[in-house]
Amino acid sequence: MPPRSGHQRAKNIAYEEDDVYSDNEYYEEDGDGMTDEDREQLRQGTIMVKEALGSSVSVSDSQIQEALWHYYFDVGKSVTYLKNKHGPAKTIPASKPKAPSRFDQAASSAALLQTKGQGEPPISPNREPDIACIAPSPRCISNSNVRSADKSATMTTASKGCVETPDSVFPFPAPLDHLSILPRDFFWDTPWGNVESCRLGVIREIPVLPRGRLLGGSSRPSKLAALAAARKKKQEEANRETAVPQPNASASEADQAVALLDKLNFKNKAGNGSSTPTPSEERGRNERLGRLQFLKRQSSPEKVNTPPEEPPEPEEEVLTVQVPNIRTTPSMFASTICGIGRLPAAEQPSVISSFPVPFSGMEDPTSRGLFAGPSPDDIVLRAQAKGNKPKGGQQKTPKEQKLAQSMETLAVEETPSVKSKNLNVAEEFEKSGMKRMANFVVVGHVDHGKSTLMGRLLYDLKVVDQRSIDKLRKEAETIGKSSFALAWVMDQTSEERNRGVTVDIATNYFETEKTRFTILDAPGHKDFIPNMIAGASQADFAVLVIDASTNSFESGLRGQTKEHALLVRSLGVQRLVVAVNKMDTVSWSQERFEEIKQQMSAFLTTANFAKKSITFVPCAGLTGDNVTHKVEDSNARWYTGETLVEALDASEPGKRHIEKPFRLTISDVFRGGITNPISISGRIDSGSVQVGDPILALPANEKAVVKVIEVENAPVDWAVAGQIATLHLADIDPVHLRTGDIMCDPKDPVKLTKSFTCKILAFEHVLPATMDVFRGRLQAEGKISKLVALLDKTSGEIVKNKPRVVKPGEVARVVVDLEKELPLEIGIRVVFREGGNTVAAGLLEG
Amino acid sequence: MRLQHSAIDRKHGTGSATLIPEEPEDMWHAYNLIQTHDLLRGRAVRNLKQEIVTGARTTKQVVMDLTISVVSTDFDISCGQLHVAGRVAVENDHVKKGSHHTLDLELNRKFTLTKGEDPKGGVWDSVALEMLREACDTERKAEIWAVVMGEGVANICLITEHQTILRQRVEVAVPRKRRGGIDGHDKGMEKFFSTTLSTLWRHIESARTSSTDPGKTVPLLLASPGFVAQAFLQYIKTEASRTMNKALLALIPSILIAHASSHHVHALKEVLSSPAIQSKLSDTKFARETALMDQLTSLLRADDGRAWYGPREVERAVEKGAVGRGGGVLLLSNALFRAQDVAERKRWVRLVDRVRDVEGGEVRVLSSLHESGKRLEGLGNVAAILTFPLEDLDEEEDQEHAEGEADEGEQMVI
Repeated sequence: MPPRSGHQRAKNIAYEEDDVYSDNEYYEEDGDGMTDEDREQLRQGTIMVKEALGSSVSVSDSQIQEALWHYYFDVGKSVTYLKNKHGPAKTIPASKPKAPSRFDQAASSAALLQTKGQGEPPISPNREPDIACIAPSPRCISNSNVRSADKSATMTTASKGCVETPDSVFPFPAPLDHLSILPRDFFWDTPWGNVESCRLGVIREIPVLPRGRLLGGSSRPSKLAALAAARKKKQEEANRETAVPQPNASASEADQAVALLDKLNFKNKAGNGSSTPTPSEERGRNERLGRLQFLKRQSSPEKVNTPPEEPPEPEEEVLTVQVPNIRTTPSMFASTICGIGRLPAAEQPSVISSFPVPFSGMEDPTSRGLFAGPSPDDIVLRAQAKGNKPKGGQQKTPKEQKLAQSMETLAVEETPSVKSKNLNVAEEFEKSGMKRMANFVVVGHVDHGKSTLMGRLLYDLKVVDQRSIDKLRKEAETIGKSSFALAWVMDQTSEERNRGVTVDIATNYFETEKTRFTILDAPGHKDFIPNMIAGASQADFAVLVIDASTNSFESGLRGQTKEHALLVRSLGVQRLVVAVNKMDTVSWSQERFEEIKQQMSAFLTTANFAKKSITFVPCAGLTGDNVTHKVEDSNARWYTGETLVEALDASEPGKRHIEKPFRLTISDVFRGGITNPISISGRIDSGSVQVGDPILALPANEKAVVKVIEVENAPVDWAVAGQIATLHLADIDPVHLRTGDIMCDPKDPVKLTKSFTCKILAFEHVLPATMDVFRGRLQAEGKISKLVALLDKTSGEIVKNKPRVVKPGEVARVVVDLEKELPLEIGIRVVFREGGNTVAAGLLEG
Repeated sequence: MRLQHSAIDRKHGTGSATLIPEEPEDMWHAYNLIQTHDLLRGRAVRNLKQEIVTGARTTKQVVMDLTISVVSTDFDISCGQLHVAGRVAVENDHVKKGSHHTLDLELNRKFTLTKGEDPKGGVWDSVALEMLREACDTERKAEIWAVVMGEGVANICLITEHQTILRQRVEVAVPRKRRGGIDGHDKGMEKFFSTTLSTLWRHIESARTSSTDPGKTVPLLLASPGFVAQAFLQYIKTEASRTMNKALLALIPSILIAHASSHHVHALKEVLSSPAIQSKLSDTKFARETALMDQLTSLLRADDGRAWYGPREVERAVEKGAVGRGGGVLLLSNALFRAQDVAERKRWVRLVDRVRDVEGGEVRVLSSLHESGKRLEGLGNVAAILTFPLEDLDEEEDQEHAEGEADEGEQMVI
C-alpha cells in the first residue's frame, strides 16, 4: 500500500510556534534564571535526551541542556530539535533547520565591517548609553545560567553588547527583547504622532532618563524634545567615551544588505539589543517600561512575522561567532530616522557634524520621500499574505548582488488550495513493493449466479461477516427469495433486490496471500449490457459464470454467455476463468462438466481466446463448494483441480502503463460527503495521480485539483494505473463532470474528435447506420458513416474496398461520426451496439 | 396547410399556389416545397428610411406584400419557424427590385409560391405536387409524445406524421450504486424523475394551449432499457394522485410503456416498430416507413442482391428494371429534393417518375426528420428493394472509381 498521508511536517511547525510563545511567557515570569527545581529538571531531561538520541547523534551536555531550556524541558521536542540540528544531514524539504540564512550572512558581513572601523554612531540623538548599560537582560542571566563552559566564548562576545538569544532560533522576535534596549532602539516602535502619555510621563519624572527621545513624527522637534535634547547634550558629551560601540555607518555595502533585510523585519534589531548586568533598582523601572513597550508592540504591525528571514536554527559555530554581531546592524527604524542605510555614505558625515543639535542633520522625512515607496510594513504584510513558505537555506558568500537576487526570488507564488507532495509516483510505486493487484469482471448470462457466487466468495473469505449475511438472509426470506441472500451482498439497491437482478456494476475487494482483488460484478441482463461494458473495460481478467443445470447453459450460450464472452475479449481481456456454477444441481456430474467445457472451449477459441488462458472450474455458489475450499461432495471426487480462488490467484495481472500520461475514465460522479462535495471514481487507465495534481476533465475542458485520493476506501497519497481510485476534487463545478468523461493530465490532454476511423470485428451484419458507441462508461450516439474496406483477419490487408455490408465475423475498416466531440485516443477499444445487440467491437485507428 | 388558390399548369410545371399554414408542421412542408429561384409572395415589414428636406431622417415601418426570388431557406426545427431569404422580384413604391429581404412565414398568414418562372429554378414536378397534396391533406394527423429515457437521461420528443422533434433533453447526474452510497442513487433517481416530469408536463401543456383543439389528449409513450420507464410511470401516478392534478390524471390512461435498448432518440425506431406500439399508431406514415426500412435492412443482411443502397447502385438497378411492379420499392429521403442544385433535384425526380410511372413500383419519400429517414440517410439517402436479385451492382463502380480510392484513403486519416 502507498504510504498513508501524514502530517508530520505540519506538526513540527506547530511545535515551534508554540515554543515561541511558551518561551516568551517563561521569560516574562521568571527572568531571574533557574530555580533549583529547574536545575533538577534540566539534569533529568539531559539524561533522557541522551538516551533518546543514543549514539546516532553526538551532542554535548550543554547543547542538550540548552535545547531543553529552550523547549521548556520538553524532552521530545528537544530530541527532535537536536536530531534535526546535529543528526546526519537529512534534506526534509519543509524542515526548519537550515544553514545560515541570508540574514545571518548579511549580519555577519555587517559585523565584519563593523569590527574594522568603529566610527562615530550616526544616530546620536537617539543614543542613550546609560540606558544601554543599565538595561538588565533576564535572558542574559538565564542564558548564562544555562550555558556551561563551552559557551563562555559566547558570553565574552556578549560582553561586547550582544548575547546570543534563544529567540534567534525562532521565527518570532521575542517580545521580551524590549528589556535589552539600545538607546536608539528605544523608540523603534514609537509612532510618528500621538505618543502615549506613559512615555512622556516616564521621561518627565526621572530626569536621569533621556529626554531627547521624544522624536515625535514631525520634522520639527517639539518644545519638550528640544528642552530634553538641550539637557541631554551635556550628558552625551560626557558619556561619549563610554558609549557602547555602534555600527559603522560608513560600511555602506553591508548596510545596504542589512537595510534590505531590515525592510522586511525588525525583530533582529530587538534581538541585537545587548546589555550588561545592571543595578537592580534600575531594572525594576526598566521592566515596567518594558511591559508598556511590550504591550505596545503587540499592536505594532512591525512585530509581525515575516517568513523570508525566519532565522533558522543555526549551527553551533554560527551561534557563537555570527549572532553577536547582529546587534551592530542598524535597525530599520534607526535607518529611517537617521537616514543611514538609505542615505549614501557621503551624506553621513553631515549627519554626524550636526550632531550637537538633535535632528538637525535630518532631512525632512516628507521631503526625503520616505513614503514614496511601499512601507516596510506593507512589504512585510504583502509577503505574509502570500503565504508562509519555508525557504531552503543557501550557503553563499554574502555578496550584495546575490543577496539582492535571492531577495527577489523570495517572492512567493500563489499557493494552490491543495499542496502537492511532488512525489515521483512511479518510484514510490516501485519502492512500496505493493502486493499484486488485479481487477476482474464477473460476466455471464442473467440468473447464472454471478452475484451469488461473489457473495459466497466474500463471505467465505470473511470480507463479509456472519452478522450481515444473517441479516440479508432474514430480509430475503421475508420477501420469499431466500436464495438471493448471498447475491444481496453485491446487489444493494432496492430495485435490484426487488427484481432479483443486478442492474449496475457492484465493486468489492478481497485479498488472498498473493494478490489484492477488486471484484466488478457485472449485470447479466441484456438491458444492462452498457453497465457490463463499463465493468469489463476496467478489468484485467474476467470470470465467466455458467449455469451447469439443464437448459440453462444452452439458453445462456444463445444469450449473454456468448455476448459477454465476445465483449470482454473485444475489450482487451485476455484471460478467462470459466466458473461452471450450480454443479450441485447436476450432482457434480463429470459428464455435464466435460460437455460444457468442450462446447465452451470450441466457442471461446473461435472468439480468439488462447486455449491456455482459459481455465474451467466447477463450483457451486449457493453451497460454496470449490469456491474457497475443496468440494466435499462424494460425487465430486473426480475433480482434483484448483478451487475458484486458486484459479483467480493464478492469473497474471495485466501490464500497467505508469509512465504514460495520466488518464482516468469517470465511472461515477457523486457527493463524497460534506467535506468532499465532488468526487469521481474510475479506473486509472494509464499514468499516475497524486494529491495536489491538477487534472483536466474532458470534454468539458475544465481543470480540477485532486484533493484526496482513495483506493479501496482508504486514503492514499497517490494511485497508479490499474487501480480503481476515488478522487475527491476541488476547484471544479460538478456540471462539468459526467460519467464516461475522461480525466487527464492537463499537460498532455486527449484530443477531442468527432469522427474517427476504426477497425471493427463484426458480430452482426454491419451497415452504415446510427449506433451506440461505447467506451467504458461512455455511451455516445454516433453512426457508422462509411464502410471503407474489408480486411484480412490475420494480416490486416484490404480484401475488398467499400463493402456493402460487413458480415458477422468479418474485419472491416469503417468511419464513425459522432454526435458530439469526445475525448478518444488511438488504440482505445470501442463497442458498437444497435437496437440492443452488440454489432461490432472496434479498435480506434485515427 | 390550406390550399387557397392554385393555378398550376401541370404540363409545364409552371404556375402558383396560395397556401395558408395552420400548424407548426406545415412549416416543414413549406420548407420542403420552397426551392431556390422560386418566387414567394408574402407579407413583409420593411423599415423605410426617409430624409426630409431639412436633412432629418425618420424611420417608418411599412407593411406590404413583397415578392422575392428565393436564395436560401432556413428552418428551425425545434420552434418550427421558416425564414426565407431572397431578392425582391417585383418592385413597388417603397422597395427597389433586387434589394434583399427575408420573409418570415407565419402561421395563418397566406403566402403564394410560384415555380417555373425562372429558367434556373425548379418547376412543379411530380414530387413537388405530391408534397403539396400531402401537405394539404386534411385528414386528422397523428401525434404522440415520447420520452426515451435511461438512468439520468431523458429525451422528450414529439412524434408527428412527418417529424420527430426532440423537444428537450433532460440530464440529471444520478450517482451509481456504491458501497454506502445507496441513498445517493435513489435520491438522484427521484430528482431525475421530478425534473423529467415537470419538463414534460410543461411541453405538453404549452402544446395543448397553442393547438387548435385543446380538448384532445395526445398519447404519451415512455420507453427505456431496464425498468426506468416503469418506475417513471409509477412516479407519475404517485405524483398525479398526490398533487390531484386532474389533467395529469387524465393523461395516465393514455400512457404507453415500451422497451428501448438505449436512451438515445434513435432507439425510437425499435419502439415504433414493435407490434404493440404499431397497433396504437396504425397507418401513420411513420409506422409504414419504419416497416419498409426494416424490410430493407433484413434483405441487406441476407446479402442476396435483392436490396441495394447508394445513389449509383439504385440508379443502375432502376435502369435494369428491377424496381418495378410486384414488390419493387424505391426509398428516398426528402433531403434529396431540398438540394440547392436544381440538376440534382431533377435527377431524383426523374428516377421517381420512372419508377412510379414507367416501372410501376412503389416510391416512398421519407422524412429526413423521422428516424426512418435518418436510417436511410445513413445508407446514402436512397435505397431500393428489388423485384429480382441483381449481383455486383457495385463491382463496375470499383473499376470506374479506381482512382477515387486514393481519396478514400486520405479521408480515412482524420
